[in-house]
Amino acid sequence: MGRNVNISVHHITRVEGHGNIVVNVKNGTIEKCEWQVPEAPRFFEAMVRGRHYSEVARITSRICGICSVGHTLASLKASEAALGIEVSEQTVLLRRILKHAENFDSHILHVYFLVAPDLVGAPSVFPLAATHTEVVKRALRMKRLGHEWGSCIGGRTTHPTRAVVGGFSSLPGAAPTVRQGEKNLVELKQKLLAAVPDAVETYKLLLSLAGNIPSFTRPTEYVGLVDDYEYGLYDGKIGCLLPDGKRELVEVSDYRTVTNEYVVDRSTAKYAKHRLDSYMAGALARININYNRLHPEARKLAEGLGFKTPCFNPYMNSVAQFIEAVHSVYTSVELIDRVLTKGLKDETPVKPAKFARGAGAAEVPRGILFHEYEYDSDGFCTMGNCIIPTNQNHGNIQKDFEKLVPEMLAANRPEPEMELGLEMLVRAYDPCISCSTHYLDVTFKR
Amino acid sequence: MPKPRVKVAWFDFACCEGCQIEMTNFGEPFVQLLQHVEPVEFREAMSEKTTERINVAFVEGSFTREADRARLEEIRTRSDIVVAYGQCAVSGGINALKNHMDDYSEAVYGKDCKRPHLDSQKALPVSAAIKVDYEIPGCPMDKAEFIRVVSQLVHGTTRVYQPSYPVCMECKRRETVCRYDDGDHCLGQVARAGCGAPCPADGIPCEACRGFVDNPNEAALAKVLHERGGLPKKWADTKSRMFAANQRGDA
Repeated sequence: MGRNVNISVHHITRVEGHGNIVVNVKNGTIEKCEWQVPEAPRFFEAMVRGRHYSEVARITSRICGICSVGHTLASLKASEAALGIEVSEQTVLLRRILKHAENFDSHILHVYFLVAPDLVGAPSVFPLAATHTEVVKRALRMKRLGHEWGSCIGGRTTHPTRAVVGGFSSLPGAAPTVRQGEKNLVELKQKLLAAVPDAVETYKLLLSLAGNIPSFTRPTEYVGLVDDYEYGLYDGKIGCLLPDGKRELVEVSDYRTVTNEYVVDRSTAKYAKHRLDSYMAGALARININYNRLHPEARKLAEGLGFKTPCFNPYMNSVAQFIEAVHSVYTSVELIDRVLTKGLKDETPVKPAKFARGAGAAEVPRGILFHEYEYDSDGFCTMGNCIIPTNQNHGNIQKDFEKLVPEMLAANRPEPEMELGLEMLVRAYDPCISCSTHYLDVTFKR
Repeated sequence: MPKPRVKVAWFDFACCEGCQIEMTNFGEPFVQLLQHVEPVEFREAMSEKTTERINVAFVEGSFTREADRARLEEIRTRSDIVVAYGQCAVSGGINALKNHMDDYSEAVYGKDCKRPHLDSQKALPVSAAIKVDYEIPGCPMDKAEFIRVVSQLVHGTTRVYQPSYPVCMECKRRETVCRYDDGDHCLGQVARAGCGAPCPADGIPCEACRGFVDNPNEAALAKVLHERGGLPKKWADTKSRMFAANQRGDA
């Protein structure tokens, strides 16, 4: 008497990397409901062994083309912890600006190119280039800004060149003098301020489409960096927030006590769990944890969009990303001012003081990222471990599926609508599956 | 009648997808590009699929699993022209850094390394599985070079120019101080040019991310890295594995 549903999305589109959605319902009984990850493994942790500390971030940056700035920074911080290096205040400020650039860049890409088509009922952004030319141009303009912003500091955004162990290899814009470097920063600041009208238009667009974002809630644990200095992105301790509001802070060096990676028999990917069955990392987690540290201008837009924390709707991750993008613009302007007030200095990267083991964390667009390395007395890497946010989110996506599918069945939603709803849920997490440096346990039921 | 647009598709294998991202960094001019090319399939960006003939297929990433051979062959059959873009597709790129190890799988996956889905052979270029017509090297690829190749293909030029001189030439041209003169080391003398040498200009060594020039003198490279660059012998000997593992004499 119950209905039959057979959803099989092989290599879901508009996500980074390869994932499958399989839902089988027979006579109203769910037989299978899975988020599967068949990505080709790439073995980065093996590849860093035997490489010099000056090469390691350059290698692990290649884990992901979208979050390569974050991988570079988490890698540098881990190496610096292992090598006893304390970088200068200027280096930290510039790295913060670089991190903001990546989050803005990636969030704009995700919200406009990967999520927006679902909200307007288009299969991709390409048909919109003809029908909504101005919107697509704005999206490309904003994407370009993210690229120029990160490139000014890091040399380029896909596998940055200038961020090295101990500091930066050259001044912003590869300036030959500090004066020119300061001029480059002033120019960047002006570009950021000039982007505000585009951000406002994006806000209006999002407000008009907000009604199309599915309503679904599943309270879970949220994990993200908590920084004394600012909204946690570049640095901080691991913050954990439970649905009842209980908070916990864990040192980055103890990251394994939070990630607790484990394998489930019928699972399709390795899961992570902390206090509950799964946890969420990413923009929504960060905003739930750090809402009061958001820039007032970003908070204003959040309020305008009716965004309230704690928000337990994973589909709202895309909205959280936009709020963060605005936060990054305003915060970077302030960070640039801070560098300029102190006066840009031509600094030589700090040299290692020891060779040991160390861990580092940074927030990449998709959530908290951990790198850990050990070095021998000649500065060559003997061990590497990278735990990427998407792998931390796989378990949470699966748990969302397990709540969402029965709700969809109870509401008698047609199969294509269910399929789209599940695809949109996966996309909301902005998974970055090709980051699969780590263990993925896939057992397919055919 | 306007000229029909060239039907293009993008496909990805083992890689970081950073070369796709480079395309989004053009900004507004990307809309202009769409006047000449019609994207018909691109999993990361679009849900549409095509059954029509693909004029140009851009393939990113390395061939690392026998299971991927059929997918590559299908792309070849469906397409007039296949372009390998990004170093992973051109030579195996960074993925090939594991090729000389026999314990890479065990090192990462421990006791589970024998599970079939974790199968990964040596990282090879796309050309190890199918015929590749053109290559756009680099990690990441240079987006200006991408546009140049697309432009040549759209206009029907069959020969795509690829520099065979080393990166050192480009440093000299832009008057970058040599890394060796700055107390550093560099692979520029054997690295294939075409990128414009951005890395030494940013104060870091060239890592030969576009692979070697034709007939590189590897022995001389190791000697220079050791004697002038101050690298310990073992590091000097293995330095070029990062991006050129499959092009080395010991591959």
